[in-house]
Amino acid sequence: MHELSVALGIVKIAEEETAKAQAKYVELIELEIGALAGIDFESLHFVWPAAVKDSVLENAIKKINLLEGIAKCVDCDTIFTINHIYDSCPKCKSNFKGIIQGKELRVKALEVV
Amino acid sequence: MCGTCGCGSGENGVRIQNPKDLLTHEHTHSHIDAQGLVYEHTHDDHSHKHAHTHEHVHEHEQHQRKVIDVEKDILHHNDLMAARNRGLFEAKNIFALNLVSSPGSGKTSILERTLKDLKDTIPFFVIEGDQQTLNDANRISAFDIPVVQINTGKGCHLESDTIYEALKKLDITDHAVLMIENVGNLVCPSMFDLGESKRIVIISTTEGEDKPIKYPDMFHSSDLCIINKIDLLPYVNVNLEKLKQYALKVNPKLEFIEISATTGEGMEVWFTWLKKNRNQPKN
Ligand SMILES: Nc1nc2c(ncn2[C@@H]2O[C@H](COP(=O)(O)OP(=O)(O)OP(=O)(O)O)[C@@H](O)[C@H]2O)c(=O)[nH]1
Ligand SMILES: [Mg+2]
Ligand SMILES: [Zn+2]
Ligand SMILES: [Zn+2]
Ligand SMILES: [Zn+2]
Ligand SMILES: [Zn+2]
Ligand SMILES: [Zn+2]
Repeated sequence: MHELSVALGIVKIAEEETAKAQAKYVELIELEIGALAGIDFESLHFVWPAAVKDSVLENAIKKINLLEGIAKCVDCDTIFTINHIYDSCPKCKSNFKGIIQGKELRVKALEVV
Repeated sequence: MCGTCGCGSGENGVRIQNPKDLLTHEHTHSHIDAQGLVYEHTHDDHSHKHAHTHEHVHEHEQHQRKVIDVEKDILHHNDLMAARNRGLFEAKNIFALNLVSSPGSGKTSILERTLKDLKDTIPFFVIEGDQQTLNDANRISAFDIPVVQINTGKGCHLESDTIYEALKKLDITDHAVLMIENVGNLVCPSMFDLGESKRIVIISTTEGEDKPIKYPDMFHSSDLCIINKIDLLPYVNVNLEKLKQYALKVNPKLEFIEISATTGEGMEVWFTWLKKNRNQPKN
């Protein structure tokens, strides 16, 4: 359950940013998570209350923007959506691809008070 | 138990121990907490390559609410500390390997065999990661190799700041080969860069050929796949070609070596890989 580490990473960032902005707590946190980032959302929701307890995020609303996987074929330049990291190019069947989107694991924004 | 670090209370706490210390009853142990809050980092005292943070604080003027565009990677801290490890490895010309696999694929057995055969020609150092016990570190220590055991408690993977702490305990020498045996887990360790030179995923013949597509992240992020326990091939129904095809779908650049840590078959090929990649100049 690396989701606990991920949640604690989010708390760390939120604490730092809130302190920097000289705010008291976070009302809303916006996350960007790629479909290929290896995050199980159910696990993340499960560990969330324990991770944010007594932190600036304790009462924050969590908003997650899920980004779908997009890859570009190295052999024929086709751009295609992928659901799995092992999906091959729909046009030429090549396995060589660059992942353009879907690995994101980011704190995008905070609304602090 | 211990007032300074509260190690008696937190089952989640990470613990770093050295079998030799324990044998001499010195009981020197260091602790860092699960979040890795041992030290704070500033962005002035180290350089790192990843593109990062543009923090603009927009004053929205409606009461005291502020929107902060953070745009920061959640694993930023781990990546940063991994970059620090990598810098240390490069400065000291250390070849560091991160060994990952499901529990019981044979990571420690492969290490034992490797240390036994190569320890007179290569200076080895080992970091062992397990949730509990010093068993694996004791197996390595039997070869008179400097080793540190990290017990992650409930944690199911190693993180880069823990490796840094372990390195300090190891007193690692220049030009060494560092073997990091990660916690047996085919999912979690994949996301956590330790600053290693190469990542090696080990799969044994008893695990079934579709592991690479069931747990693609680990195969995607590895450089070499060691297929262990080939002595069991006559007894298990596994198609190695199929396994490799699946793995190549996930990661077309993956290399493969087939071995048996028990019989020693294939070990020479692995040793050749190790020596060749160790001497490869960094680009
Ligand atoms: N037949 C056979 N058994 C092996 C081989 N390599 C390891 N084993 C056995 O597999 C079991 C697990 O081996 P370990 O080396 O402890 O595996 P590990 O990956 O270090 O395990 P964890 O650290 O618990 O994740 C032991 O009983 C070994 O003797 C092999 O090549 N062939
Ligand atoms: Mg082991
Ligand atoms: Zn996990
Ligand atoms: Zn984990
Ligand atoms: Zn293509
Ligand atoms: Zn203690
Ligand atoms: Zn930074």
